[in-house]
Amino acid sequence: MKNSQMNWYKYASPQNFYPLAGRLWPWFAAAGAAFALAGLWIGFFVAPTDAQQGEGYRIIFVHVPASWMSMFIYVVMAFWAGLGLAFNTRLSGMMASALAPTGALFTFIALWTGALWGKPMWGAWWVWDARLTSELILLFLYLGFLALQAAIDDPRRADRAGAVLALVGVVNVPIIYFSVKWWNTLHQGASVSLTKAPAMAHTMLWGMLLMALAFWMYSIATALARVRCIILEREGHNEWAKHELE
Amino acid sequence: MKPRHKRIALIVGGLVSLGIAATLVLSSFQSNLVFFFTPTQIAAGEAPKERPFRVGGLVKSGSLQRDGITAHFVVTDTAKDIPVSYTGILPDLFREGKGVVAQGKLGADGGFVASEVLAKHDENYMPPEAKHAVDQAQNTAKTLK
Repeated sequence: MKNSQMNWYKYASPQNFYPLAGRLWPWFAAAGAAFALAGLWIGFFVAPTDAQQGEGYRIIFVHVPASWMSMFIYVVMAFWAGLGLAFNTRLSGMMASALAPTGALFTFIALWTGALWGKPMWGAWWVWDARLTSELILLFLYLGFLALQAAIDDPRRADRAGAVLALVGVVNVPIIYFSVKWWNTLHQGASVSLTKAPAMAHTMLWGMLLMALAFWMYSIATALARVRCIILEREGHNEWAKHELE
Repeated sequence: MKPRHKRIALIVGGLVSLGIAATLVLSSFQSNLVFFFTPTQIAAGEAPKERPFRVGGLVKSGSLQRDGITAHFVVTDTAKDIPVSYTGILPDLFREGKGVVAQGKLGADGGFVASEVLAKHDENYMPPEAKHAVDQAQNTAKTLK
C-alpha cells in the first residue's frame, strides 16, 4: 500500500510525468478515433429519424457531447488550478493551462453547432436566453484564462492569477447546467441526466454516449500532449529536459 | 497552521462566499431572467404593457388561421389563452399543439402582435413509429377517461 502511494506521488514531478504522458497520449488518441468512428456511424446510419425534427436532430451527436465536455473540462481545470494554488505543485498549474485550449474549443463547438441547429428548428441562430448566454460567458472565461496567463511572463505568477480566475468562474458551471430548470428558456431541458430515465430512443443514446467517450479520449490525449510541451518550455533549463530535446 | 492550510482555507472560504453571493444575485434576478411570459402571467398583468416582450406556451389545437401571409393562432398554457397574430414565415417546427415563443407587444384589443416567432421543441427524441405508438396510447387513455 505504502509502495503504491509512493509510486503515484512520483508522477507529481514534471520530470517523471513527461515520459508517462508521452507513453499514454497515443493510446488515448487512438481510442478517441475508434469511439468517434463508432459514434458517427451509429449517429448517421443506425439511429432512427426523429419524429419531431426529422434528420436535422443528428447534430445532437456533436452538440451535446461538446457541451458536456465544455463544462466538465472547466471543472477539471479549476480543480487543478486550485490544487496548484493550495499546494504550490508545479504540475497542477501546467495541467490547468494544458486543458484550457481544449475546453475553449469544445465551448466554441457547442455554441456553433447550437446556432446551426437553432436556425432550422427554432427559427433563430441566437437568442439571449439563460442557457445560451451562460455558455457564452463560459467561452469568455476560457479566453480570459488563456489571455491572463499569456499576459504574465513569470509562469508561476501566471499560474496563480489564472487559478483565481478559474476558481471564480466555476460558479458559472452549475448556472449553465441548471439554467433550463431555473428559468423559462427557449432551450429545451436535459434529455439525459443522472436523476431520470433518458428521454431518447436507445440507439440515439448510444450514439451520443460513444461520441461523448470519443471527446473524453480526445481531451485527455490533447491535454497530455500539450502538457509535455509546457513541461519542456518551463523546465528546459534542466539537464534531463535538455537531454530530451536533443 | 501551516501556510498550506491557510491557503486551502482561503480558497474554500472564497469559493463558499462566492457561491453565496452568486445565489443571492441570481435569486434576486429570478424575475428578470425569464425568456418569456406565460399566458397566465400576462392575464395577471405581470407582463410589461409598453415594452415588447415574449410570450411562450403551446399553439392551441385548431386555432391556426392564415390570412395571406398573416397567421393568427392562440397560445395557451392550458390555463389561460392569448390570441397572437404574426406576419411572416413561421419556422418549420411550428405546429398546433407544440411549443412556441413569440416576441412582440400587446395590441389595443388585448391580442398579441408578434414580430418574431420561434418554435420551442421538447427534449424527447424518438423515431416516428414510437411517436405514433405513444400518441395512440394517449388517445386510448383519453377515450377511456
